[in-house]
Formats: sequence, C-alpha cells, structure tokens
Amino acid sequence: MIPTHLGFEEVMAPMSWQEARDEALRCYYCYDAPCMSHCPTGINVPEFIRHIAEGHLQGAARVIFDDNILGSTCARICPTEVLCEGACVRTKDSRAVSIGRLQRVATDYAMNQGFPVLPAKSVKVHANVGIVGSGPAALAAAAELRRYGCEVMIYEAREQAGGLDTYGIVEFREPLAVSQWEVQQVQALGVQFHYGINVGRDVSWEEVKSRHDVLIIAVGLGPVPALGIPGEELRGVYNALELIALTKMGDYEAIDLGSRVVVIGAGNTAVDAATCAKRLGATEVTILYRRGEEAMPAYAYEYEFAKHEGVNYKWWTVVTAILGDNRVKGVHCKQSALAPSDVPGRSLRHQPLVIKENSDFEMPCDSVIIATGQSRFSSPWLALGIQQENHVPTVNPLTFETSVSRVYAIGDCLAPQEATVVSAVQQGKQAAQDIVKRYAKEGNV
Amino acid sequence: MADLSVNVAGISAPNPFWLASGPLTNTAYQVMKAFDEGWGGAVWKTVGEPVINVSSRLASIDYGNRRMMGLNNVELISDRPIEDNLREIAEVKRRFPEHAVVVSLMLPSIPEMWKDMMHRVEDTGADGVELNFGCPHGMNERGMGSVIGQVPEYTEQITAYAKADSRLPVIVKLTPNVTDIRNPGRAAVQGGADALSLINTINSVMGVDLDTWLPRPQIDGRGSHGGYCGPAVKPIGLYMVSALANDRKVKVPLVGIGGIESWQDAVEYLLLGAQAVQVCTAAMHYGFRIIRSMTEGLNDYLNAKGVARVEDIVGRSANKVGDWNDLRLSYSYKVVAKIHEDKCIGCNLCYVACDDGGHQCIDKGPEMKSPVVREEDCVGCNLCALVCPVPGCIEMQEHDLGIVETWRQRQDRLTSLS
Repeated sequence: MIPTHLGFEEVMAPMSWQEARDEALRCYYCYDAPCMSHCPTGINVPEFIRHIAEGHLQGAARVIFDDNILGSTCARICPTEVLCEGACVRTKDSRAVSIGRLQRVATDYAMNQGFPVLPAKSVKVHANVGIVGSGPAALAAAAELRRYGCEVMIYEAREQAGGLDTYGIVEFREPLAVSQWEVQQVQALGVQFHYGINVGRDVSWEEVKSRHDVLIIAVGLGPVPALGIPGEELRGVYNALELIALTKMGDYEAIDLGSRVVVIGAGNTAVDAATCAKRLGATEVTILYRRGEEAMPAYAYEYEFAKHEGVNYKWWTVVTAILGDNRVKGVHCKQSALAPSDVPGRSLRHQPLVIKENSDFEMPCDSVIIATGQSRFSSPWLALGIQQENHVPTVNPLTFETSVSRVYAIGDCLAPQEATVVSAVQQGKQAAQDIVKRYAKEGNV
Repeated sequence: MADLSVNVAGISAPNPFWLASGPLTNTAYQVMKAFDEGWGGAVWKTVGEPVINVSSRLASIDYGNRRMMGLNNVELISDRPIEDNLREIAEVKRRFPEHAVVVSLMLPSIPEMWKDMMHRVEDTGADGVELNFGCPHGMNERGMGSVIGQVPEYTEQITAYAKADSRLPVIVKLTPNVTDIRNPGRAAVQGGADALSLINTINSVMGVDLDTWLPRPQIDGRGSHGGYCGPAVKPIGLYMVSALANDRKVKVPLVGIGGIESWQDAVEYLLLGAQAVQVCTAAMHYGFRIIRSMTEGLNDYLNAKGVARVEDIVGRSANKVGDWNDLRLSYSYKVVAKIHEDKCIGCNLCYVACDDGGHQCIDKGPEMKSPVVREEDCVGCNLCALVCPVPGCIEMQEHDLGIVETWRQRQDRLTSLS
C-alpha cells in the first residue's frame, strides 16, 4: 500500500533562522539553569542557546553533542514538556523557551555542515570494551568510551545500527537519515560495528565476554508478546513495532492495512502505530484500551497529537478474539471496569480489572495492530549468571554494573514502562564513565 | 486636554516635538507631511553651499531583537541649491504659520556670508535659525561643523556673526564631542545665542564587517568616522542637557536632542531642563506617524499628573542632578537588595551577577526557594535588581541611618576638627 492520506515528512517543521534567533533571545541564560538539571544527560542548555543567539551554530552543536551524542534524535523525540522545557523558568513569566526545537536547529546545522570537533577528554584510557546491541544506550556508551581512547566493538544482530532510533521511531517524528547520521558519527569516532551477529545464537555470551576487558549489554526489549487470544495468526494482524520498522525501511508494499484499523493498547507506541496507519491510508483508526483515559500511558501531547490526526479512542474495551477466516474481519470485545475493591498503593494503571457480564460486542475492521508493550530478554542474564528479577538484571544504579564484575547492562533491558532515549544515553555515559574511572586508576598503578 | 504648546526663545509651536535637522527634513514634501501627521516643528536640513555626498551613508547596530538601537551617518548638509531650499521653506511657512520652522545653517567663517544668509532666511518667514556647530564628519574637515563647536572662541565668534544684523532667534546646536559641554554652551550664550540645542551626533566607527574586514558603512572599500545617534545615545544627551540646565552662566532655553523615540523619552528631557525636543532617528526608523503616540502619551501623562501646561514640567528634575560630592555617603544612607521569594522564578542571574560582578553577598542553596541577600554585606549597588528579569522581584529597600552627611560635608567637618 502506498501512503496516500498524509505524508511521512516530519510533523514538526524546522525553525527558520529568524525564528531560532528570536526564540534563543527569549532565553534568560540562567545560571545553574533548571533546564540543565532536568535533562538526564545534563546538556548545557543556556550555553548552546547563547551560541545560537550569537549566530554560532557550530558552537551550539558542539555543546549539545559533547553531552549527548544523540542530540539530533533527542531534539526530535525527547518529551521536552516534562524535561528541560517543563523546568524552564520562563514557564513562570511567559512560556517555556522551545529548547527542543532550538536543539534541532543546531544539530540540523551539524548534519548539513559537518559534525563539530568535540573537546578532547582529559585522560586516555586503555580498555577493550564489547557492546552487545547498538541502540541509543549502546551508541552513547561507545562514543564516550572512544573519546577516552578505549577500543570499542559493537555486536548488532540486525542489518543497521541505531536500535529503536533506526527501527522504532516513526519517520514523521525522526527520519531514518537522522539516526543513520548519528550512527555514522559514532563510527567516525572509531567504534567498530559488526552486523548480523546474534549473540547467544551465533556466538555464545561467554565467548563474547572473554574477548573483551568489559562487556556492556544493551539488548533492549524483545518482540511484542502474543495476546493469547484466537485469531492472532490471521492476515492483517501486525505488531506495532514491526509495522513501524516496515515504514522506516520504506517497505510499504509489505503493508496491507485496509481502511478500518484497530490498535490495541494506548501508550506512545500505540499513538505512533495509529498515526502511521492514518498516513498509510486507513480512514478509520480506533485505539482500544482496557482501562480509562486517566490510566493511559501515552504522554498528554501524544494523546493530543493522535486526536488531532483523527484517531478514535474507545476506553474500557478488552479484545477477546480477532475475527476472520483468512484475513481479519473484525474484533470481538468485552467491556471492562475497575474491580470493586482497589489495591492500596497501586497506580490507576495497575488496579485490578473485571470484565462486565453480557457486554460483548463486535467491531468490524480490516486489520489489527498490537501495541501492548514488549517482552524482555532473559538469555543474557541466564547465560552469564547475572542476578535478575523478572528478566530485569540487577544493576548498581550509579554505574550500571551487574552482579558480574565488568559486565554492565544499560538501556531498555532495564527499563520500566517509560523509557526514553535521553535516559538511555545517560545510562551509556554513566557506565562508560565507570569503566573509564576503573581503567584510568588501574593504568596509573 | 493639557496645553502642549511651547515657546522657545520666541519660536512657538503647537507641541514640543520637533523634527531635528537631518535627512527627514530635506524637502517641503517631507516637512509638510510631518506637520500633517502632528509634529509641532521642524529644523530644516542644514542649508549651505551644496555638497556632494558619498554612498553608502548609514550604518546601524542592532541589539538582541532591537533593530537600529544606534545609527551612524556620514551624510553631509543639504546637497540642494540654497535657492530651492529657501523657496520651499517659505512655502511650508505659508501653509503652516502656527508650526515652528527653523532653518539649520552651516557657512564658512565669513561675517558677510552670515549677514547675507540671515537676511535671506528672514525673508522666507522662518521662525528662527539653528547653527550647526556639531556635525562631526566631512564638514569639520572644511572648517565648519564640530570644528566650530569644539572651540569655544569660534563658537562665540560665529554666533555673533549670525546675530550681528538679524532679529531672528538663533539656536546654537552643540556637539557632544567635547570634554565639558558647559564651555561651548557658555561661549554660545556669550556670542548672543537665544537658545541652545543638544546633542548633535557623536563621533563613532559603527562596526566592521567580519567577512570582508571592511568598516561599516563602507564606501568602495573605505570607511570614515561618522555621527552616532539613536536610542543608545539618550543618556549622553540627558546628561549634557542637565549640565547646561544647572549652569548659572547659561540662562537661555534648551532644546533636547538624542535618542528620543517615545513620550517618556521626551518627558525625561523636559524634566531635565529642555523646553522642547527634537527627534530624528526614531522618525527615520518608523516614519512620521510615531508623533501620534508621542503627543497622546504626553497629554495623558500630564493629565494624570495634574499638570496643565507642558512648560510646567520643564526642569523639574534638573536640580536633582549634581556633583557626586553632594550625595549622602553610605554610612548615613543606603539601599539593600531584598529578593521576594514569591516572585522569584529561579534564573539565578542575580546570584551570578553579584558573585562575579558585585560584592558576593547573595547566597543560594538547594534548600532555598530563591537566592537570599546577606543584608550586612550588601552595598546597594543595584546590579541584582538590574539583571533580574521579573518586575518587582528584587526590591532595593532604603536604610536611612539618621545622619545626613555628604562628602562635601564630611570634608568640612574634618577640616573644622583639625
């Protein structure tokens, strides 16, 4: 199916130079600015904005990438409303400075004019680090380690690096080219990438560990788990991440959604899938969620975006079967409600539900997109004897070292529900800095 | 309605807002358009032997989002034949008898030339002349403009030439390119000036193009110093007007010029001793239409203050400006910064300003809702209040210690003790 309804070009238009300068001049250049402390990677926001106000975009880009090698991605997809912009002092006297969009001005400039030379790190460290996975956390760790002089080798199972940034962010939020450019910059720092190697299958975890002084595991999350309801095997059933990956790779021919689409789940990925479906030509897209609006995991602005794009929401709806013979024809649903007694201390999203009796109804549709979260990998932790709980490895929260010495775990494999690229980047930096500290010390002995 | 009309040394006008001599008073078309918009008077662009100009002539500096906060020019006096200028002046005066039409003049230092020109101007019906002793570029290299204004003897002499055989009121326009404005001011009065206007433009190099390394404005690869004006120069004009307003040897009316673009700017000049003001850069920037908000604003201000006539506020603040010697010393009176926690938005600009550029008397900490001033260490410099972006957040509270002593009084006291 060829996109017809809406384009896949970026939803957020870039700022013009005049707009950027006007906006940069709105920044008070706070000292100890709250935007900085609310950026998980601690980007020196007032500094880069001052560079923009002075017309020095290369300098602005340098400030950003010095703290966050994935500054281009973060400029596009960070939940700035709850991070830097949420903390901007100008929310109190006017409106927040558009930090995210300014960051994009600077990083776009770097993409067009060349990556800035980053300041040299003060110590040089000799360590050989292997990283499994190449998503945001892995790239951040790799870049940071390279800047200290470490040898870094990345093992990636897929054909391209970038993980979520490359395969999982819809094109109209972040074009594939942006993620690919960021990977190139990490590569240019001297990180070696090995593609098509699935650690645990093609090579054992023990073997990979033995090749390096330090091993960083950044494998992210697994596939969308099956719902365990009849009809999941029908043609026209997609998992949200696969669908997004197909659009990212431009593989529109492999997608056949039809005109009426049902999305199960109400998180940010569900919004991405639903708005993707709109762009792919679906005329009626409905998000079904088994809880109410208040419990929805998507950010408020994502929800607004979905509604703005004409996505319908149907709350308190549980899909019990996908209907159809060969291809999807509809879904069978029941209505749900909160259980009469709540569990103290649990959030609205985790309160027990009950299914209402005799509430069955059917919704005709041409395809179903499942966006109910991702499963977790357990094999790395089992293979290396790493302490874990519910498939989440236990790590030192400051260094991200696991219970096995010199083995670190970072990124979405640790994540609770709301994982962001920016926090993954910070985890990568923190793990790298711990490794640097350890080897710098040992080198001095 | 407040009475906005003014009379400066016999030159009357419906309001105190006059256009200064410059590119915007070059033709009858411009001046009549300005009068139609509501300007009270105009000083015709300097008339003299026609000149040949260069191109380009203007450059400006921007600050933040503000365009043209300072403007500089290397344009000379009128390049039109004297006859054309005088004919148009007469026409304007015929059509606008109530408005002030003043003719700016610049001539070589020859008494006969002055005598002749004064007569010709009188014949136009113009209300007065303004002697351009201020232009700092081009004309001074020919022995005119600021070269006259910078030498009190010349100022006195040429003023006398103009006054010699004419009953027309003569305003002498002073250059700020001097160390003490009172010297040329006194000299002009000595020479017979009926009023003084100030300031003319300030010598300046406007900038350098970072790509070409050429000065701005550049004229085929070269530049020159030019006259600086615009909002950025207002404080200099205010100072010089107050200095002459307070000078006992200068008892003639003053006309304030320099960086006026709103009624508030004008009121400041009036309060410091100007009887009328002249505007140039702002009208070049936005057009003559800015006069509407200026007159309306001034009128509403006077009404709100209960002042019936604009002349009643002239000079009301002048005597509050004086020597440092007469200021109360800080052991008798000081202000101390107080940061209002409820208004603070947490930018910490006061903290860093005080720490780096002040007296290190503001503390901040993670447990504090806002930075806090250590009162005993605060010298009352104002820096924190000046950098704070929130109106009313940092208040400078007065601490009157009862004693009244200035440096002059202190020196007198110590002398009497010894």
